[in-house]
Amino acid sequence: MATTSKRKAKVAEIGPDQLIGWYRDMLQIRRFEEKAGQLYGMGLIGGFCHLYIGQEAVVVGMQSAAGETDSVITSYRDHGQMLACGMDAKGVMAELTGRIGGYSKGKGGSMHMFSREKRFYGGHGIVGAQVPIGTGLGFAHKYTGDQGVCHVYLGDGALNQGQVYESFNMAALWKLPVVYVIENNKYAMGTSSERHAAGTELFKRGAAYGIPGEAVDGMSVQAVYEAASKALEHARSGNGPYILEMKTYRYRGHSMSDPAKYRTKEEVTKMREQHDPIDTLKNRLLEAGLVDEAVLKEMDREVKAIVSEAAEFAQSSPEPDVSELWTDVLIEA
Amino acid sequence: MAIEILMPALSPTMTEGKLARWLKAEGDAVKSGDVLAEIETDKATMEMEAVDEGTMGKILVAAGTEGVAVNTPIAIMLEEGETAADLGKVMEKAGPSSTPVAHNDGPQAALMAQAPAVAAPAHVEKEYDKYNRQTVREALRDAMAEEMRRDEGVFLLGEEVAQYQGAYKVSQGLLDEFGDRRVIDTPITEMGFTGLAVGAAFAGLKPIVEFMTMNFSMQAIDHVINSAAKTLYMSGGQQPCPIVFRGPNGAAARVAAQHSQDFASWYAHCPGLKVVAPWSAADAKGLLKAAIRDPNPVVVLENEILYGQSFDVPDDPDFIVPIGKAKIERPGEHVTIVTYSRMVGTSLEAAAMLEKDGISAEVINLRSLRPIDIDSIVASVKKTNRIVSVEEGWAYAGIGSEIAALMMEHCFDWLDAPVIRVCGADVPMPYAANLERLYLPTPEGIADAGRKVCYAK
Repeated sequence: MATTSKRKAKVAEIGPDQLIGWYRDMLQIRRFEEKAGQLYGMGLIGGFCHLYIGQEAVVVGMQSAAGETDSVITSYRDHGQMLACGMDAKGVMAELTGRIGGYSKGKGGSMHMFSREKRFYGGHGIVGAQVPIGTGLGFAHKYTGDQGVCHVYLGDGALNQGQVYESFNMAALWKLPVVYVIENNKYAMGTSSERHAAGTELFKRGAAYGIPGEAVDGMSVQAVYEAASKALEHARSGNGPYILEMKTYRYRGHSMSDPAKYRTKEEVTKMREQHDPIDTLKNRLLEAGLVDEAVLKEMDREVKAIVSEAAEFAQSSPEPDVSELWTDVLIEA
Repeated sequence: MAIEILMPALSPTMTEGKLARWLKAEGDAVKSGDVLAEIETDKATMEMEAVDEGTMGKILVAAGTEGVAVNTPIAIMLEEGETAADLGKVMEKAGPSSTPVAHNDGPQAALMAQAPAVAAPAHVEKEYDKYNRQTVREALRDAMAEEMRRDEGVFLLGEEVAQYQGAYKVSQGLLDEFGDRRVIDTPITEMGFTGLAVGAAFAGLKPIVEFMTMNFSMQAIDHVINSAAKTLYMSGGQQPCPIVFRGPNGAAARVAAQHSQDFASWYAHCPGLKVVAPWSAADAKGLLKAAIRDPNPVVVLENEILYGQSFDVPDDPDFIVPIGKAKIERPGEHVTIVTYSRMVGTSLEAAAMLEKDGISAEVINLRSLRPIDIDSIVASVKKTNRIVSVEEGWAYAGIGSEIAALMMEHCFDWLDAPVIRVCGADVPMPYAANLERLYLPTPEGIADAGRKVCYAK
């Protein structure tokens, strides 16, 4: 299988282009989310808005190991996944502002966006519900034999939902090509994993079903990429599901209105200063002389321009026409 | 160009807040992510972080100021290379830099008046050359088999559907013909396999989910409503979910409260779903075939007691019953009895009783509960001027309540008597045989209601 050997080769030698690409992808998510936070502050984004800041290495590492037919599904902290899947920043931002130019014509919002073209299946607002749905996407990969694997993202909080274990059971029983990516950012909204999980080694939660799992430094894009390559290969080769527990961290609150009083400022500062996935990679690039400061600055400007353009589009795109209230309820047969 | 920093909205309901404290002073360097200030919202004290890098140029709103409206400029940041001289340019521009979003306070009344999806009129039942006698059970099986032969993407999953041949033997023979790739025994895991089937439908397959009974679909209702019914809308029309949820609904016999509920009004309540409830074997076959071909999520409410009853079914490979079309099972002049599923048979018995009293009842088999065939009901009531609704389910917020409301909206001036709802008793289903009999609508009870709307004794 040509694709397999190519992926193996990539793991062996991660060149400067790959590293720089990761840096750029993570930076774009970071800047996008900062801008989304700003637009929320201006009252242009309403309701719930869950930012991905701090967790960028997870989805960027996963996507760089993804196969062409792989599908992706996640919960409500989904902007990073959409950008990493190649969805257009303008369409995502315009959905956040509830405009017709958004991916769901303004009818879904932050938590509900889809792109069949990019095989991104949402954006789900019910904690844990995406897990059986993603398992079903895996079922469809197997049914059609398209060689795809479904990447199912879930948080440490979702892992306590019963339907997650129903999914693990079926995925293992039927050897479905699914990789469960637990984004363990340590807090289920405001409840720390020590307080919500009996046994905090979350990667072992599939052990009873014989699902292999491992913990991964989710603040290191390379560690994520390497683990992802292995897990995806396992699932793609017909061995059934795999669990990756990404040890990650969100810098912002659970949603925009969360003052995050359940953790100390020092904890957040320590993660930001010592483990930031973007700064760590940037320093590595500079220290190894793989790139100079000016190139990174230029990249920063490019990314900012993309994000600014998205923000402008998200404000200039009109609200959906009132007739849209009544459309898309059913497909006319 | 210097950047205006605006008072942020830090909760969905915040319109103003207190600028509690500045953490950066004029002249301080600012990196993106630095905390600039603390803001007290209506819910909590929140930190406001910098998005852009630069230097704090001027603080416009002093610490401790209360009632600062969202989007008021509170400070000006200078970008790399700018000096205090650049401040003036920004300060000349009065007011917030963005235009607030205009809200559509449009004519709510006009929107409210739009009736729910209503089927088109003038449906004529097709006649066929040849009919075969079949049970409802066989008709459902044939519907699935024919659609599975027709479309490789159609598959059946559920508890005991394959090797056991169906808990109620509805899927008899399907495993032999289609194999275990397409006829799949699941673990007892309703929420899981329903969610899985929704995912498969998102990917373009056409799952048929069998619930051993619809009572167990409550374990999975989140996926039926939140995942299946709402996704097309939430995706702006991008993500369809072609799926069928089917299984026996309503009262069986002597299985008590947790196994004897009619979920018609639960599912019919929800936009994004279609809901059908067959009575005869022809209904069962035609509606299930239509449901499998439909690009939307469809709930098929079957009835265990009907499974073994035999009816004539058209012998025609193209036979299908369109969703949204009721059927007049018995024409009449004096009163309309509108009902669905097993109660169609009970209502026909009631109509026979009424005939002896000289009252001619028209019995409408709804077949579809969403969309409901309002035109057929209205046409009938314009003729009879009287209507009785019959269902196994509870009256409160039930299908009959919906029909009563539709009558108010569509034929108030044609009614000669108030609508009567004949329903299941407003209690959980009892086990004792005598109490169970009291719970369900009877031909006598329906006939009484028919006499009452006709003001006859």
